[in-house]
Amino acid sequence: MVSPDMPVPARHQLRIVVAGHVDHGKSTLIGRLLHDTGSLPEGKAEELRAISEKRGMPLEWSFVLDSFQAERDQAVTIDTTQIWFRTRTRDVVIIDAPGHREFLKNMISGAAAADAAVLVVDAVEGLRDQTRRHAYLLRLLGVRQVAVVINKMDAVGYSAARFGDLSRAVEQYLAGIGVTALAILPISARHGEGIMSFPAGLGWYDGPALLEVLERFHPARPAVDRPLRFPVQDVYRIDERRIVVGRVESGILRVGDRLVFSPAGRSARVAAIEVYGAPPPLEVRAGQVAGFTLDEPIFVERGDLASHEDGPPQLTDVVRVNLFWFGSRPLETGARYTVKLATHRAAVTVQSVERVIDTDTLESRQGGSVARNEVAEVVLRADTLLALDPHTDNPATGRVVLVDGYDIVGGGILSMGGYPDQRRLMAAPRSANLHQVDHLLSAETRARRQGHRGAVVWLTGLSGAGKSTIAMRLEQRLFALGYHAYVLDGDNVRRGLNSDLGFSPADRAENIRRVGAVAALFADAGTVAITAFISPYRADRVRARAAAAAVGCPFLEVHVKASLNACERRDPKGLYAKARAGTLPEFTGISSPYEAPEAPDLTLDTEGEDAAACVERAVAFVTARLGMSESETDSSPPFLRS
Amino acid sequence: MPSDLEELEARTLFILREAFAGIRPLAMLWSIGKDSTALLWMVRKAFYGRIPFPMVQLDTGMELPEVYAFRDWMARDWNLDLRIEMCPPEEEMDPTLPPGGRAAARKTAGLQALLLRERYKGIFVGIRRDEQSMRAKERVFSPRSEDGAWNFKDQPAEFWDQYKTEFPEGTHVRIHPLLHWTELDIWRYTRQEGIPIVPLYLSRGGMRYRSLGEKNITVPIPSTAATIDEIIVELENTRTPERAGRTMDHESEDAFERLRRSGYM
Repeated sequence: MVSPDMPVPARHQLRIVVAGHVDHGKSTLIGRLLHDTGSLPEGKAEELRAISEKRGMPLEWSFVLDSFQAERDQAVTIDTTQIWFRTRTRDVVIIDAPGHREFLKNMISGAAAADAAVLVVDAVEGLRDQTRRHAYLLRLLGVRQVAVVINKMDAVGYSAARFGDLSRAVEQYLAGIGVTALAILPISARHGEGIMSFPAGLGWYDGPALLEVLERFHPARPAVDRPLRFPVQDVYRIDERRIVVGRVESGILRVGDRLVFSPAGRSARVAAIEVYGAPPPLEVRAGQVAGFTLDEPIFVERGDLASHEDGPPQLTDVVRVNLFWFGSRPLETGARYTVKLATHRAAVTVQSVERVIDTDTLESRQGGSVARNEVAEVVLRADTLLALDPHTDNPATGRVVLVDGYDIVGGGILSMGGYPDQRRLMAAPRSANLHQVDHLLSAETRARRQGHRGAVVWLTGLSGAGKSTIAMRLEQRLFALGYHAYVLDGDNVRRGLNSDLGFSPADRAENIRRVGAVAALFADAGTVAITAFISPYRADRVRARAAAAAVGCPFLEVHVKASLNACERRDPKGLYAKARAGTLPEFTGISSPYEAPEAPDLTLDTEGEDAAACVERAVAFVTARLGMSESETDSSPPFLRS
Repeated sequence: MPSDLEELEARTLFILREAFAGIRPLAMLWSIGKDSTALLWMVRKAFYGRIPFPMVQLDTGMELPEVYAFRDWMARDWNLDLRIEMCPPEEEMDPTLPPGGRAAARKTAGLQALLLRERYKGIFVGIRRDEQSMRAKERVFSPRSEDGAWNFKDQPAEFWDQYKTEFPEGTHVRIHPLLHWTELDIWRYTRQEGIPIVPLYLSRGGMRYRSLGEKNITVPIPSTAATIDEIIVELENTRTPERAGRTMDHESEDAFERLRRSGYM
């Protein structure tokens, strides 16, 4: 008899999912594991014997888990389940994941909660499509500790050669997705071989038995050493206090810390951590739920993401998602969904389906849609700014689920791959002592003197599409027509104004922000500012348009369009060759995205028309929009005539 | 690193707050047993001493007298907004059902009447996965049709702590904030926190109730565990299932499945 005073052992649950193809013996393995470790409740084995006999079959261990009548009658696991057992060292929760393709969403619902996985492979059948799909999904779900069992070894005569072949096949596949198995071992679950120990038939195998392998897994630790992330769950008004509640997903939150709430960016200090019925702590750590009050009455709501001022999450309205999809309707380019990102909800549009991945061959194809049970890489564009982290930096704030109507239909992990953090670009002026000074001259006065108003003509397109050529000729032609026009060209501006910037996504975005601001100043001064920059990000062009709008000037977005193939063939600066050779990183179109304008004011197709024709069309368009045309040079611009 | 009980509690508080943020009106089923009383304790923690939804007891009039005494004492002492829902009488139930099934059917019918009248969109229920293999297949947020039926063959996806919180009209959701706890966890937590319990759980004269149900269909088990500490030691060493004393689970192979499918907790 154990003394009641004996200290309770540390009981951090280890959650292990058992995955693999249908009928490869997952439920049987779990049933047997529970039986052999003495974890089945009293009378359970007899009950199983009785219900197996009723169905005219030998003792079926899988009935421990397959508790639905439909599961027993059809001998297939429909839904995931969890069952507890104890090894010598710790409490374990075993998660059974259905292997049938139809029940992928149930498999994910089970496997996503796991710290580790056992992948079951039938020694006779070998690797099948769901074996590979499950392995792939485990990686997407962030389950990195994996052991593989080659089951039903009795059915292949305990052949060491067969085991060797399958081990190599599994290793090869796992290596392809960046996973290393902790162990690969031969077992026969039905006969309890290889679970606690190996019988003579498997004497050639000198590795550990399954139970020992399970004891080598360890539970996930809370991410205390990562930057603080606290997604706001709710704000409660209790007496006179406004308590912000949620869970610390990573890092440590301390009384006195200054917190910034993204995406809005408001900040305040933690006045007190609030706990009911206990003295208030001075800090709370990753994994703990918490409530706190702030020293200033700033507006905070569910969905905000609190962090420290140094090490905030990224802000973006566009993000790459490596996703799995189980919606009954395919995911389509252009379709609208809701994403849930921690406690935040946002409306998104599928901007593009970059590639659909065949989990059997790991090959990918391009396509506009993702069918049920497929995995793919897509780019999502949100209606508003999202505060997030790349999944590699912070899993809890680096993943989303997609909702269609009332249902969760998919999920995925986030990466910024080639897209910039927009936080710096959104920043308010750093100095608080700024006062707007008004000019004594109005835009109309300037326009009357110059004969036209100022404007920004924004050329965007791939490198080699013809932006600089068209810009320079357009400037020349407009000048000849009496316009004050000036070209801001990429390479020229980078020699001076932007000589401190490189080509990282963040620097490219800053480059365009400055050019947008300078172009707006030129336009405000009455000049037609023509810009010739790749300007690959839609968000940056939207910002440049806003800068022009702020000074009341027209902004004409011109898409100088040519296919990547054509640009690469032209390669006037030899840049594509360098990018392909890998010596020029983050090159638009090759290793960095180009987001074509959705609704440009003008499109110039430089593959379909020669440069002269493009320039003529540009001249006609700009002059028509700005009011001074070749035949009207002597009269005042039409906008003054109204 | 937080203790395992802190982790379990943190998950429950998170779930309670997720439900409260997204679903109204809410109610909680309080069976007066150890699990839903521990849940009630955590509700007070989640909402800083307030209980922002009513407690509902589905009453068959057949609980043991100690259970009623405990209920009334708790309701006063904790100032609970307690709604006692009298379940329809046994005569109205399907007479072909075995006795345990009839008692469960009364509670199911009581719950249906309550939902119809009060239009609750979310009901907290203190069930656990380790109690019973049907409950092991549950979701934390488990939608039900108007008549309470559980479509267990097509349950919603639930992962990364993202739950189904939106539903078409006529649906309600059962919210299960204790699904991840075990019987042993509940007792260790009850001891740690000093949560009151019905004294029937403790041994008197060599017998105690391990699970509390209606008096005609629940039997005590032989046990000398007269304190919570002793219960914990007993559970660490037993292989007898928790609901062995609940006859309704054992009336046929699929007894519990049929009960749950039609809306039982």
